[in-house]
Amino acid sequence: MQERNFPIGAPILEVKNISLSFGGVKAITDSSFSVLQHEVRAIIGPNGAGKSSMLNCINGIYKPQEGQIKFKGEVLEKNNPNLIAQKGLSRTFQNLALFKRMSVLDNILVGRKLHMTANFLQVAFQTPQAREEERVNRERCEEIVEFLEIEDIKDTPVGKLPYGLQKKVELGRALATEADILLLDEPMAGMNVEEKREMCRFILKVNDELGTTMVLIEHDMGVVMDISDNVVVLDYGKIIADGPPEEVRVNQEVIDAYLGVAHD
Amino acid sequence: MTSKPVFMSFSKGDIINLIVMMGIGLAVIPLVVQSDYWYSSILIPWLCLSLAAVGQQIVMGYAGQLALGAAGFMAAGAFALFNLELRLPYIPFPVNLMLSGLVAAAFGVLFGLPSLRVRGIYLMVATLASQFFIIWMIDKFGWFKNYDTSGIITAQDIVIFGKPFTSPLEMYLVVLVVVTVLTILAINMTRGSPGRNWMAVRDMDIAAESMGISLLRTKLQAFAISAFFCGVAGALFAFTYLKSMEPVAFDIKLSFRILFMVILGGLGTISGAFIGAAFILLFPVVLNTLGNEVFHGMVDATIISSIELVVFGVLIIVFMIYEPLGMAKLWENLTQKFRVSSAPKTKAQLGRKQET
Repeated sequence: MQERNFPIGAPILEVKNISLSFGGVKAITDSSFSVLQHEVRAIIGPNGAGKSSMLNCINGIYKPQEGQIKFKGEVLEKNNPNLIAQKGLSRTFQNLALFKRMSVLDNILVGRKLHMTANFLQVAFQTPQAREEERVNRERCEEIVEFLEIEDIKDTPVGKLPYGLQKKVELGRALATEADILLLDEPMAGMNVEEKREMCRFILKVNDELGTTMVLIEHDMGVVMDISDNVVVLDYGKIIADGPPEEVRVNQEVIDAYLGVAHD
Repeated sequence: MTSKPVFMSFSKGDIINLIVMMGIGLAVIPLVVQSDYWYSSILIPWLCLSLAAVGQQIVMGYAGQLALGAAGFMAAGAFALFNLELRLPYIPFPVNLMLSGLVAAAFGVLFGLPSLRVRGIYLMVATLASQFFIIWMIDKFGWFKNYDTSGIITAQDIVIFGKPFTSPLEMYLVVLVVVTVLTILAINMTRGSPGRNWMAVRDMDIAAESMGISLLRTKLQAFAISAFFCGVAGALFAFTYLKSMEPVAFDIKLSFRILFMVILGGLGTISGAFIGAAFILLFPVVLNTLGNEVFHGMVDATIISSIELVVFGVLIIVFMIYEPLGMAKLWENLTQKFRVSSAPKTKAQLGRKQET
């Protein structure tokens, strides 16, 4: 492997002993892992293992009953998604959470929210500052549109786009935030091999060029083995393995849990 | 592809539209329309109610918060202006008008608070409180009506920098200028970051929050700005159209009319507010004229007013099912079709794009 622009560094995100339950159902039990700066980290596990719940805890949508989450050395106390976003964490969603009636470009522009500081009065009266800010951020979004190769659909309302393109737009919106860490919840679900390869290229390119730390949930083992630096394996809300892909691949517990034990 | 040249977030076409509109509004109409009836019964209420509909549009069409109580905020604005003119007559009228809008905006924040907890039809019920509370407050405390016992208070004359604006034409010009300025501000906001934040909250609130948008701030901002527009609209409505101040004029029926304007005109477009207001206001007039001119009074007036309600009801259902984006969208589709058919060049360009 060639030298990386951003070598993997110290932990940027530390999940410590978190437990989450919905009523009597335990989604996550006493789980800990840490994500290193600039790495591509995959979270895998069978359906219902608690992968998405884990992301929702980190992002502040769910509030774990126990444990703490540390981001850039700071404990996330008041977990509220918009406060956590302000600290530099962005994400995509499993079931597409785009702004359906807005155009592709507008969706991506929403991702620039934290880079736009003009208040509503400045925008209403179009002060020079507000205009300049709008121009700069629009240009930035045009660049992202170009990077993702979706120029021809940038003015289309996203609700009208096919699934694969919507996934791309959602990645674009997350990229637009220029967050230090991106949580990608099944970015390649429902895509064909070609589209998956393209998506992997985007993810690796962003990681390489901007040094963005990536945490992604993925089911395709081939993809996971190819692009991730480290893999966390969840099963029944518990972490059963954590390490480089080659190590995880040969872990007997993982093979049993994830690939299933032969019944015969 | 290069982005369109933009001046003040308006493209060239918008500027031309604006100049044409202002030309018609300020020059052509005063020259052509001579009868006071047109000013005081059609143009003035149309502009006032359009402004209120813009307010309703911001909170409902853009921020997606189902609010019903525009007339309450209009009453707040109207009585605020009455009291400001009465008690602080030395403040210029335009400033007082904006202050009355701010008073309404304060109520907007207060009655927008339920939106943080409830949504949809439940929010609609919760926001009804603004409608009833504001009217009740004005009725209950005599101070708001300057302890007038007759029940009907006359609005003061509009005086701007020593010049009275009392004739229908003069009042129309005042209303036109205020409505135009506020509409431009509204368009700027809806095209800029505040509008995007509102729409993001409307379309998918969890994702909006994950992008760093505070739901609390964004929703309350939408309620406040919406109430500001309704408040100014209500003040103008009372001072130039009603010319008397009575809380009954701002009852729930008016709130519903404004709601229908937004639904028929098209949710999520500023132009929809104007189209919807024109339709709701003009349709009864057209129907009445038809009744008088075509049927020579053979059709009973009560039947005509019932027909009006029936047609509104049917139209609302039809639009909800077939074109939720309302008349503004129909108009857009129509002009688009016209453009495509009249410009073969676009077709060629489209063809080329598909090839590559």
